[in-house]
Amino acid sequence: MQLESMYQEIILEHYRRPLHAGLREPFDAEVRHVNPTCGDEVTLRVTLKDAGSEPTVADVSYDALGCSISQASTSIMADMIIGKTVAEAMAVGDEFLALMQSRGEGEPDEDVLGDAVAFEGVSKYPARIKCALLGWMAWKDATARALTGRQADEPTIGE
Amino acid sequence: MTFEVGRIRKDFPILDRTVRGGRPLVYLDSANTSQKPRQVIDTLTDFYERHNANIHRATHELGEEATEAYEGARIKVAQFIGAGDEGEVIFTKNVSEAINLVAYSIGNAAGSGRFRLGEGDEIVITEMEHHSNIVPWQLLCERTGATLRWFGVTPDGRLDLSRADELINPRTRLVALTHQSNVLGTINPVADIAARAHAAGALVLVDAAQSAPHGLADVRSLGADFVGFTGHKMCGPTGIGVLWGRRELLEEMPPFLGGGEMIETVWMDRSTFAPPPHKFEAGTMPIAQAVGLGAAVDYLTEVGLEAVRAHEQDLLRHALAALTVIEGLRILGPTEPVDRGGAISFELNGIHPHDVSQVLDDRGVAVRAGHHCAWPLHRALGVQASTRASFYLYNTHDEIDALAEGLRHAQRFFGTA
Repeated sequence: MQLESMYQEIILEHYRRPLHAGLREPFDAEVRHVNPTCGDEVTLRVTLKDAGSEPTVADVSYDALGCSISQASTSIMADMIIGKTVAEAMAVGDEFLALMQSRGEGEPDEDVLGDAVAFEGVSKYPARIKCALLGWMAWKDATARALTGRQADEPTIGE
Repeated sequence: MTFEVGRIRKDFPILDRTVRGGRPLVYLDSANTSQKPRQVIDTLTDFYERHNANIHRATHELGEEATEAYEGARIKVAQFIGAGDEGEVIFTKNVSEAINLVAYSIGNAAGSGRFRLGEGDEIVITEMEHHSNIVPWQLLCERTGATLRWFGVTPDGRLDLSRADELINPRTRLVALTHQSNVLGTINPVADIAARAHAAGALVLVDAAQSAPHGLADVRSLGADFVGFTGHKMCGPTGIGVLWGRRELLEEMPPFLGGGEMIETVWMDRSTFAPPPHKFEAGTMPIAQAVGLGAAVDYLTEVGLEAVRAHEQDLLRHALAALTVIEGLRILGPTEPVDRGGAISFELNGIHPHDVSQVLDDRGVAVRAGHHCAWPLHRALGVQASTRASFYLYNTHDEIDALAEGLRHAQRFFGTA
């Protein structure tokens, strides 16, 4: 029975009670991403702030329609990256992407990934990887837009 | 020969295998693609081992054999769909290409005569189409300035014909609709709609992808001008589809793809073209696949299409009974086995279709989850996505019971029942 390895309790928990859900004001950028194979979609907003000279994730809010994997992944992501610098959050995203592409052979670093290690089982199912990445892809896109927007107003921020 | 599902199953080698760590395969995804009988697999092997050559252009014995096998398949397909003239049977890659062939050829006709199409003209489709019978017409309308219009669907999953008189009018140039919905299973009154369309002077194209596998794509009774279907959903190989069209239209229509073997004469600045069907078969075709489709037609004919349909109706009745008693399950489309085929899409309250199919897959039950390439239909029914189980000649009551048990297991697993 491999079902439990994919649907770990923490995933089901986030699916039933997603954290940081709902769209909030104010925000720096908003994106809408869809998974064209199943029609799952997420509208996601990002708010950045400056902590020292580093752009930092002040808030991630979202409205998502989708399966347990995409919903839980977005919830865990939001909870993990709010408060991190954009660079730190991107590093988590890269680690998560690598885990998803590992075909079940990855050795996830719990120190970096936190609760997102629970998605290790998903990487064995190629059809579900997009589900787990939907929120992350939306967040990366929104953040890139937010940084560009801020660069126009405040040229000292961003890279 | 009496129909015995146990004997039929022996013809399909894949049904013997196990999946997900030793579970017997319960394949309920035939509306997506069907499995292939030994007879078709052997024909493909035999063609490549014994007869492989290019067709129509090879001047040797193998070339003769390959040509005969390919053209023989065309004759078999023509007989299968009740076409008196095999020259009306064009091989394509799939239904999408068959529909695009018509859409591009009409567009290429540069708006003259019976194929004229421009501002003020209308193309009518339906809200229950597969994307392959929506997008080509959207693109054609963009190219020509014509307007795309469509029949809606009723909440119980039938075509809403209440506006038919207004929708099909003298501005209508073409009506394109599905014979059997790939999501709902609904079988549409194609002949009636074709008669209305013809009375208004419009052409009619029927997507028979889901009805041809059950021997329902009879071009005489459909009354359409074009009928498209695909081999892989009817026990044949992938990569081979069919467009049937009325000869007088095919003769008038300009080519879709230009290339080898579709010509009559070529000069440096212009060409003339072969008569149909070859005018529409540019380049080396999927020869073995066409021959394999011929073998699939032979197989289905030998089993007997009446018997296949009776078996599927029996499965459908059993499935409707087994699924409707599951609390929280809502079937999209007709819940009575009348004018509907063997595909059932449904929602399971509180569990996303991807999660439903994952639980089923873990138990060896293969279904499809998502919008099944019919996103507008799901939107019209107010559903984000659905799970679809579809049946064919090799399925059994036990497999449907395994589906029902799997759905109950999903409810327990996700704590929704």
